[in-house]
Amino acid sequence: MAAAPLQPVAAEASEEDRAGQAAFDRIIADDSRIEPTDWMPEAYRKTLTRQISQHAHSEIIGMQPEANWITRAPSLKRKSILMAKVQDEAGHGLYLYSAAETLGTPRDVLNQQLLDGKAKYSSIFNYPARSWADMGAIGWLVDGAAIANQVPLCRASYGPYGRAMVRICKEESFHQRQGFEILLELSHGTPEQKKMAQDAVNRFYAPALMMFGPPDDDSPNSKQSMAWNIKRFSNDELRQRFVGMIAEQVKVLGLTLPDPELRFDEETGKWIHMELDWQEFKDVIAGRGPCNAQRLERRREAHANGAWVREAARAYAQKAGQRKMQKAGAA
Amino acid sequence: MSNQPMGNQTNIWPLWEVFVRSSRGLSHVHAGSLHAPDAEMALRNARDLYTRRNEGVSIWVVPSEAITASDPDAKGSFFESPQGKDYRHATYYTKSEGVKHL
Ligand SMILES: [Fe+2]
Ligand SMILES: [Fe+2]
Repeated sequence: MAAAPLQPVAAEASEEDRAGQAAFDRIIADDSRIEPTDWMPEAYRKTLTRQISQHAHSEIIGMQPEANWITRAPSLKRKSILMAKVQDEAGHGLYLYSAAETLGTPRDVLNQQLLDGKAKYSSIFNYPARSWADMGAIGWLVDGAAIANQVPLCRASYGPYGRAMVRICKEESFHQRQGFEILLELSHGTPEQKKMAQDAVNRFYAPALMMFGPPDDDSPNSKQSMAWNIKRFSNDELRQRFVGMIAEQVKVLGLTLPDPELRFDEETGKWIHMELDWQEFKDVIAGRGPCNAQRLERRREAHANGAWVREAARAYAQKAGQRKMQKAGAA
Repeated sequence: MSNQPMGNQTNIWPLWEVFVRSSRGLSHVHAGSLHAPDAEMALRNARDLYTRRNEGVSIWVVPSEAITASDPDAKGSFFESPQGKDYRHATYYTKSEGVKHL
């Protein structure tokens, strides 16, 4: 008899889970959206928390290669543009942390994972930005690849993620265009400038293509993400589509893509590109890229340097609150 | 302070929900959320975060915990009453079709 009261509770819990799962499945089948207070499978919550926070970390770390060039921008106009872009990336990070938080993990916890080196972020930001032309190549290729990746995410099944992506995609198009313009100006400049532009494109081409993630036959989580309507297209599909777009755009720049195998395959209607170095990709993700240590160190330093601002803001809020209460008491 | 272990709840600024009025004559619409130590700084942060391109002429910030939401699981019963009450819609009245200005 003693065990009896436990029975209904357990049965009730699984009953609730069953009903929750059924409702969840129905919403996914209808291609509708899951909202934060809805029941959702633990694996769905975990996958999204990981994906959205990694995405947020990428935006935050992604500020660094470009921020390094703000003081060296060739004109006041370019400096203002670059600052606006870097500020946007900070905003993107914050939109995404907000979305991730709705799944139950506080922002401070996510941030700490990044600072501790336990979280992943996009491998592309572990490559150095060596010349001013890199600002062009990053905007055109890196933000371009990000857009190709992110547009389908606007329809991700998790409501807050999709809404953050809509906001981000609206802002990204300026990022890609300003990068394209930098390259266009350089390629129409002196021979040295054109060479610099070509060199930047040569270095960022392959890493940008790797931003879409490993090939489909080596991407074990993709299938589940697609079943959950988080992901809408496979890595390879998005990658070949992107290659097709830049293959045309590069002609306008008067530059070339460093890919001898690049061609449109009439039969499949798809773009073929060269084999990418996936060992390099894995190494960079695992922390052995050219700038991993530097990027993390800089992030930790920035966080530590901002401590006094956070403390001052808290102290000010506390004091202002007290003054308000005193005033109210005196009246 | 900055290197405190993760999950130190006392170290987390409260969460605010941000609502933006995009132009005069329109309602404030939920834009997202942010952390800030008080309402005044929440407003400033919201301006920097959600209106970098003239997206708004007015902002509201509301402590997230001050919002009371309907229970998503009670969807069935809570929003049941309009069901079967088609007569609340103009489209229910078909006999007057073709009559002008009605
Ligand atoms: Fe971004
Ligand atoms: Fe961007």
